[in-house]
Amino acid sequence: AAGMFLRLLSDIQWRAAHPKWRRMTSSQRSTSTTAEPHPISLPAQAQVVICGGGIMGTSVAYHLSKMGWKDIVLLEQGRLAAGTTRFCAGIVSTARPVSIELKMAHYSNKLYQQLEQETGVQTGYMKTGSISLAQTQDRLISLKRIASSLNVMGIPCEIISPKKVLQLHPLINIHDLVGAMYVPEDALVSSANVSLALATAASRNGVQIHERTSVSHVTIQKGRVTGVETDRGQIQCEYFINCAGQWAYELGHSGGEPVHIPLHACEHFYLLTHPLKEPLSSSLPTIVDPDGRIYIRNWQGGILSGGFEKNPKPLFTEGRNQLEIQNLQEDWDHFGPLLSALLRRMPGLEALQIMQLVNCPESFTPDMRCIMGESPTARGYFVLAGMNSAGISYGGGAGKYLAEWIVNGYPSENVWPLDLKRFGTLQSSRTFLRHRVMEVMPLMYDLKVPRWDFQTGRQLRTSPLYDRLDAQGARWMEKHGFERVKYFVPPGNDLLDLDHSKTFYKPDWFDIVGSEVKCCKEAVCVIDMSSFTKFEISSTGDQALESLQYLFSNDLDVPVGHVVHTGMLNEKGGYENDCSIARLSKRSFFMISPTDQQVHCWAWLKNRLPDDSNLVMEDVTWKYTALNLIGPRAVDVLSELSYAPMTAEHFPSLFCKEMSVGYANGIRVMSITHTGEPGFVLYIPIEYALHVYNEVMNMGQKYGIRNAGYYALRSLRIEKFFAFWGQDLDAFTTPMECGREFQVKLEKGMQFLGQEALLEQKQNGVYKRFTMFILEDHDTDMDLWPWWGEPIFRNGRYVGKTTSSAYSYTLERHVCLGFVHHFDEKTGEELVVTPDFINQGEYEIDIAGQRFQAKAKLYPFSSLFTQRRRKDEVELSGYQRE
Amino acid sequence: FYLTPPQVNSILKANEYSFKVPEFDGKNVSSVLGFDSNQLPANAPIEDRRSAATCLQTRGMLLGVFDGHAGCACAQAVSERLFYYIAVSLLPHETLLEIENAVESGRALLPILQWHKHPNDYFSKEASKLYFNSLRTYWQELIDLNSGETTDVREALINAFKRLDNDISLEAQVGDPNSFLNYLVLRVAFSGATACVAHVDGVDLHVANTGDSRAMLGVQEEDGSWSAVNLSYDHNAQNEREVERVKMEHPKSEEKSLVKQDRLLGLLMPFRAFGDVKFKWSIELQKRVIESGPDQLNDNEYTKFIPPNYYTPPYLTAEPEVIHHKLRPQDKFLVLATDGLWETMHRQDVARIVGEYLTGVHHQQPIAVGGYKVTLGQMHGLLTERRARISSAFEDQNAATHLIRHAVGNNEFGTVDHERLSKMLSLPEELARMYRDDITIIVVQFNSHVIGAY
Repeated sequence: AAGMFLRLLSDIQWRAAHPKWRRMTSSQRSTSTTAEPHPISLPAQAQVVICGGGIMGTSVAYHLSKMGWKDIVLLEQGRLAAGTTRFCAGIVSTARPVSIELKMAHYSNKLYQQLEQETGVQTGYMKTGSISLAQTQDRLISLKRIASSLNVMGIPCEIISPKKVLQLHPLINIHDLVGAMYVPEDALVSSANVSLALATAASRNGVQIHERTSVSHVTIQKGRVTGVETDRGQIQCEYFINCAGQWAYELGHSGGEPVHIPLHACEHFYLLTHPLKEPLSSSLPTIVDPDGRIYIRNWQGGILSGGFEKNPKPLFTEGRNQLEIQNLQEDWDHFGPLLSALLRRMPGLEALQIMQLVNCPESFTPDMRCIMGESPTARGYFVLAGMNSAGISYGGGAGKYLAEWIVNGYPSENVWPLDLKRFGTLQSSRTFLRHRVMEVMPLMYDLKVPRWDFQTGRQLRTSPLYDRLDAQGARWMEKHGFERVKYFVPPGNDLLDLDHSKTFYKPDWFDIVGSEVKCCKEAVCVIDMSSFTKFEISSTGDQALESLQYLFSNDLDVPVGHVVHTGMLNEKGGYENDCSIARLSKRSFFMISPTDQQVHCWAWLKNRLPDDSNLVMEDVTWKYTALNLIGPRAVDVLSELSYAPMTAEHFPSLFCKEMSVGYANGIRVMSITHTGEPGFVLYIPIEYALHVYNEVMNMGQKYGIRNAGYYALRSLRIEKFFAFWGQDLDAFTTPMECGREFQVKLEKGMQFLGQEALLEQKQNGVYKRFTMFILEDHDTDMDLWPWWGEPIFRNGRYVGKTTSSAYSYTLERHVCLGFVHHFDEKTGEELVVTPDFINQGEYEIDIAGQRFQAKAKLYPFSSLFTQRRRKDEVELSGYQRE
Repeated sequence: FYLTPPQVNSILKANEYSFKVPEFDGKNVSSVLGFDSNQLPANAPIEDRRSAATCLQTRGMLLGVFDGHAGCACAQAVSERLFYYIAVSLLPHETLLEIENAVESGRALLPILQWHKHPNDYFSKEASKLYFNSLRTYWQELIDLNSGETTDVREALINAFKRLDNDISLEAQVGDPNSFLNYLVLRVAFSGATACVAHVDGVDLHVANTGDSRAMLGVQEEDGSWSAVNLSYDHNAQNEREVERVKMEHPKSEEKSLVKQDRLLGLLMPFRAFGDVKFKWSIELQKRVIESGPDQLNDNEYTKFIPPNYYTPPYLTAEPEVIHHKLRPQDKFLVLATDGLWETMHRQDVARIVGEYLTGVHHQQPIAVGGYKVTLGQMHGLLTERRARISSAFEDQNAATHLIRHAVGNNEFGTVDHERLSKMLSLPEELARMYRDDITIIVVQFNSHVIGAY
């Protein structure tokens, strides 16, 4: 009944705002089951076709039309805002841990606030504020971390006492609370009406909207979108935007060439009640009680309350007809625990009468972040879906970023964390998605501590050494489906519950990783780094060199056998990828990139390399096992195994050579370790992996060799100020901004992508600077540990955020890496950041509201580099991350 | 003398076991949701056995009940060994080779079965080497045979049954230098056991039955009611075809003496069984083995006793009848049970009781608010009560336990009478067998969604 009411309300407004649609909508209302001829026929072509008339589709249409694009058709298979959008709880909440999500929600809030004025459609916008409750100290810490990042964004937010909670919301039982976070500007809206308002504005700007039109498939030719087939005919188009919500996966698979959009629906329940005796004020703040797994908002004098239960019910795994969404059952037994939590939080509601239990499926993604961007295989095919139940909070911002992406080629913010290309086909299995979303949905309200990892959908991609390492005590984490070692639990050390320890403080693996680091510094360690993305690019003539010289910023015309660290930059000089490239021969190159670059980097190069059959690029990731031998004795191990001299004179730093190791021939050995420590990475054809590993371990025994994991690697890298792409570097960061000018050859005699932007920066200076901070008054044992995303203060003023952090066992201090900006004190305008500006400040890092003094450095401690191999170049790159 | 409800429950639940097939097993989606099993002894010690295991080298799950007679030795041995014989019969040639090579070179063996055992379901440690050697001889012969054909489940089941019975017989004839083992193999051979085994792989359900235990499929009709479909034939005197078969296998002169008082040779209730070499070996062989056997065997009147009218052995076989059934979405569960259950309950009642139990637990009638005036507090109370009902001590967590409760405690109205239950369970050991037999039940629940998707 409530749903019906919302629907009717929106119909009235939609018609009021759109007189010319009146005849059609009113006639359809009365005989909605009979097929009627559509009064407006579809155009034969359009520049953009958007599929989906929910909040996402209408928001994209709105923003595209605002940016001046007019030739747009929006298709909706049912009625506008009738899917998940219609059922959405309508809470606009900015309290998001991921910074880009926070920005989207903040923008959405501002947009919705003025939407009614702009369009004349009532949106039901009401600024109520929201209160997130903490039942435990750990929860309060996580809220404080969010509060810190909200505050520096200029979004009012405060940590309040339970007593203050009671003042703001008289119905709440506060006896089990330790504190709360209050965000006064969070709001409530009628989400269906927001969507209709956006549609109205878009329609006024010239967007054509067609309801009851379903897209059967998208035609893709030569890797480009050319049109769509609908049940009412074809439309030729340049751009197709898949905003089909929970049907996006199926729609992506409907064409001849599938576009993989990894999302899966789960049932989501919320309760609607009749008004209280004394109807609740519509300005009463929304309550989020994550420890109780519920949210509660005021709704027409009563309440609306739902949550994210521990045992979600995934649905539509096999794909289903859309009509079934209307017939989903209420499941009170399933809702029972949430109802208990609600009555525990608001005992006074016992006598309140139930109106309805709404079952509204929401779509979830494998990593709890939404999906936007262009398909890696079909140009012009864009996606915006998988909102993880925060569609209304993200709707405005997400639509804006996607519109910018389409119009300008890239959004105005770094959206890599949301980019479709962070996934590949490997996340597209229905079984994987079903199992993963069953974990993701409860995670919405689970406490997330540093270094948490998904437990489902694991052991998908593994190194051939997986079993060997596992038997030696390896503890695993996952990246892009690949299992990677965190650290090794020493034998006899019974730390079975080590993985279960969740803490914001010093973790219990501290000493284990410490001893691995020590071994890297004093003897030799081996780390399996097979997950890295590896491409081989070769040509019959000079095509490979010429193309790569244009696409990469460093000079690749080096002698055969040299390894070059270089960025793959965009027009603005920002890092699309950060990689190492070895010149194998005059005409072939071996490229190593971060693990999650497999799809993005491939698509980027594919789209830019000339279409020339004599130029071949191959993804050889699966062909090689990579063993990283780190430490001063690595040279001894390797020379004994190969009977070849490995000293710096014979095998200088940043060098690559194929040689034999043990019985195995053709092992690609590179003198880099991604840590700044001496050593080698061995790229081993997988059939030799076990042999080489065994040989290395046997030979290494006398040199004290041991296994190590990524946590040790990370500590080594960060203490040496190595930036990592995806964590520290992104498409909005240039080499100039992170002290890597030496990896750019501005004068290499030919043009390269991003060159102009870099030259301009060189002339005018940079507006942010990658900086290393050493925490000074931080007690490793007692204080909260930094993670990433902590605000940085210079002379008491906010200047930026950290991007990664680690404990340095050498310095015996925490090291944070992050970007420093220079905001004008009066106007807030961004000014040039000079080394003097960095060096002449007093810095503090804010960890969950507590500030720690920090020393800023623009260059790493040279003492940490135990030896310099090649005079001119020090290895400055790292590939591992969180 | 009166047992309180908790005491009754502790007796009924002492042997209950449940296994839920994990959805996250990462391999394939199983058509089996899980199973419940339980046993209630009447004999002391109980002569029934049960087994359940997942095949690891091939697909599918094995479940079986075994009813022993003249002691539990044979039922115990069959419960330990039969599934290995079946699993080996199903293995492709390459896997057999791989296993043989591993044994040959002393490497770790591929695991063949994952057992799902109650702590009371034990395996004999002493005999494991002997059993293993017999099994190995079997797979070596399979390797030598290498027919190259794909393994048919029906054939595999029949071969496994026959081979194991043959091995039991051979081991007893050969004997063992270890006197304990020697006595054990003789006890196994001279006692007997029936077997009813189900193999489920996707929608393919095979039931192999030897003897008078029974497999029954619970089917939910479109109107929601429950009906039973037999998936095995009892091998006893009530089965005319079986009586015919026995008569066919022996000269006409013996026709009168073959079946007397509904028993084989006037002695044995089941017409097919493992062990029971008294009904299989020639008189000379029986005498030779008993004479050379240990004293305990010679002192035993039963083993020395030669059945009357014993002219043309063998009179008994372990060869099973195999029924194949393609599972349909309406097939909700399978009940495997020894005759102890079927003597007291009609299969139609079994289907109804289990069917209602399973739907009651897993899909209680959903609550719909509809147009009623319900407050949050009332709803909360209602839900709490529903949860409590499910988990209450009286309500069983296990479908097999639930069935045993009905089998033992049902009054003339078909409802559980606590007083009757209490009396039946407090019978002294020596009396119990007169009122009831050992009962062993496995209830396998199927996943209709998965079955429907095939």
